[in-house]
Amino acid sequence: MKVLVPVKRVVDYNVKVRVRSDNSGVDLNGVKMAINPFDEIAVEEAVRLRENQLASEVIVVSCGSAASQETLRTALAMGADRAILVESDAELQPLAVARLLKAVADREQPGLVICGKQAIDDDANQTGQMLAALMGVGQATFASRLVVEGSAIQVTREVDGGLETLALKLPAVVTADLRLNEPRYATLPNIMKAKKKPLEALPAASLGVDIAPRLRHGRHEEPAPRKGGVKVADVAELVGKLKNEAKVI
Amino acid sequence: MKTLVIAEHDNTRLAGATRHAVTAAALLGGEVELLVAGDNCGAVVDEAARVAGVSRVIRVEAPFYRDLLAENLAALVLSLVQLKLYGNVLAGSSAWGKNLAPRIAALLDVAQVSDVVKISGRGCYQRPIYAGNVLVGVESDEAVQVLTVRTTAFDSAGDVAVDGAPAPVEVAEAGPDLGLSTLLRREISRSERPELGAAKIVVSGGRGLGNGDNYQRVLTPLADRLGAALGASRAAVDAGYVPNDYQVGQTGKIVAPGLYVAVGISGAIQHLAGMKDSGVIVAINKDPDAPIFQVADYGLVADLFEAVPALTATL
Ligand SMILES: Cc1cc2nc3c(=O)[nH]c(=O)nc-3n(C[C@H](O)[C@H](O)[C@H](O)COP(=O)(O)OP(=O)(O)OC[C@H]3O[C@@H](n4cnc5c(N)ncnc54)[C@H](O)[C@@H]3O)c2cc1C
Ligand SMILES: Nc1ncnc2c1ncn2[C@@H]1O[C@H](COP(=O)(O)O)[C@@H](O)[C@H]1O
Repeated sequence: MKVLVPVKRVVDYNVKVRVRSDNSGVDLNGVKMAINPFDEIAVEEAVRLRENQLASEVIVVSCGSAASQETLRTALAMGADRAILVESDAELQPLAVARLLKAVADREQPGLVICGKQAIDDDANQTGQMLAALMGVGQATFASRLVVEGSAIQVTREVDGGLETLALKLPAVVTADLRLNEPRYATLPNIMKAKKKPLEALPAASLGVDIAPRLRHGRHEEPAPRKGGVKVADVAELVGKLKNEAKVI
Repeated sequence: MKTLVIAEHDNTRLAGATRHAVTAAALLGGEVELLVAGDNCGAVVDEAARVAGVSRVIRVEAPFYRDLLAENLAALVLSLVQLKLYGNVLAGSSAWGKNLAPRIAALLDVAQVSDVVKISGRGCYQRPIYAGNVLVGVESDEAVQVLTVRTTAFDSAGDVAVDGAPAPVEVAEAGPDLGLSTLLRREISRSERPELGAAKIVVSGGRGLGNGDNYQRVLTPLADRLGAALGASRAAVDAGYVPNDYQVGQTGKIVAPGLYVAVGISGAIQHLAGMKDSGVIVAINKDPDAPIFQVADYGLVADLFEAVPALTATL
């Protein structure tokens, strides 16, 4: 079974982004970029499946500009077998990405797709669910445990009240939550090896799907900062403030 | 143009998130109908019909809606939208709503807007991105607007007056059973405490607590005294101090209680994303430079193992 893992290049999670002075967007000049943390977890899970002989091949795919090659190389260094760059310099919104991924899935016929649960830039949390709909297959989002059993999977999901476990027929789409696994670090020899692994670039236009943005993003602003608070000297002062000043207890 | 709000429930009770979604739906103009799809969910239908602002309840029952799984529900909503020409489809931005709404949008071939915090009219929204560090205006001309709405940003819709008439209930036909997924089990934490997402006071613990025993020993008495819900940072959940559903943050629960007490939490942006809209924030941390103090109204630089028991004793 082939496993397809969509990975997105995003601003590193440690960076606190700034809005451009004309409010037209976020200033990404010189900002550190990285593989979306959830996608790193998805890659790790797929590589473990192959290492445990439950998958035959791990294919990573990224939709975006040529810079996303770097992200794909990171995934290859973690152990993915080959990479596909669906290249486009246009803004790609989740529905467009889902369509591109559907086209790639039609070509590759994966038994399982593992996405990240959300991209930490747009925080959309949509693409995996949309892809599952377009493929007409089952979905198990926010996965914290994945067990492959022949042509079916069992997935434990993190839901609001706790956990739930689903059984799904394959093919299916799973989205990875933080506690699915702890991704490995790519070792230097594996980073070197990754440079020789196949990376195919496909122009997005060659996949024949409509990727025009449907949503317009207007004004970007930073939320009003909280007013600076005070440090209290001790517990007694804290209780006094909560009772008499804030009146919350 | 009519709006369809999809009810989240467990066949017994309506989830709180749905009431917030009803309030948001009213801002789109037009009538608000509430879809209750489930199995033996009469109690939910009755509750739904009494939610103020709901003009009609659509009741659909079949055994394969019992667990409210996304595949069958999305297929049902697609057919209802085509049949009844809803212009908008809304769900609360809970784990359940986030799982379902994008699947519906893709079936309808429209974009979806996640985690809406402001509605200025149909097709005109605001939502947070980059862990809440940026708010962006979003405009959409899609024929059907599919939204998930952040519950902390919209009030909870109450009930109609005791002598008021409940909304009419219309029974609709079930959609297909696609048989793509089945629920094997749910391990839902039972707690006497207020629900994290709805609590007026939240006491949250981080890695500073050291282990799960400490978490319980130090924080439970404080939460009991305050009648508070308990929450946690990702680090505390990852380390197994508490279950996953305690996590507050970008990828956990978004809370906005009147009082949020952060104990032994450093204040990473991903954590702040989940609590910085709280009314009053208290931070107890031994590191005077911890970023949590930048958002705290009252910061106490102290060893939590001394400060928290002292606080509990003083209250
Ligand atoms: C993609 C992604 C998503 C994430 N999502 C979330 C999320 O939803 N929610 C979330 O919380 N995090 C999230 N994180 C993790 C986040 O980046 C931080 O790692 C995490 O919040 C840190 O938790 P913490 O503050 O408990 O631990 P630490 O950062 O280790 O802080 C512990 C604090 O305890 C204090 N302390 C220690 N001992 C004592 C003592 N005796 N008395 C008083 N204070 C003490 C220390 O001074 C320190 O400030 C996410 C990360 C990523 C990459
Ligand atoms: N441009 C992209 N290229 C490849 N995968 C993507 C892209 N955008 C989103 N994804 C996948 O979809 C997941 C959810 O993204 P989102 O719906 O944007 O929050 C990510 O974690 C990725 O696995």
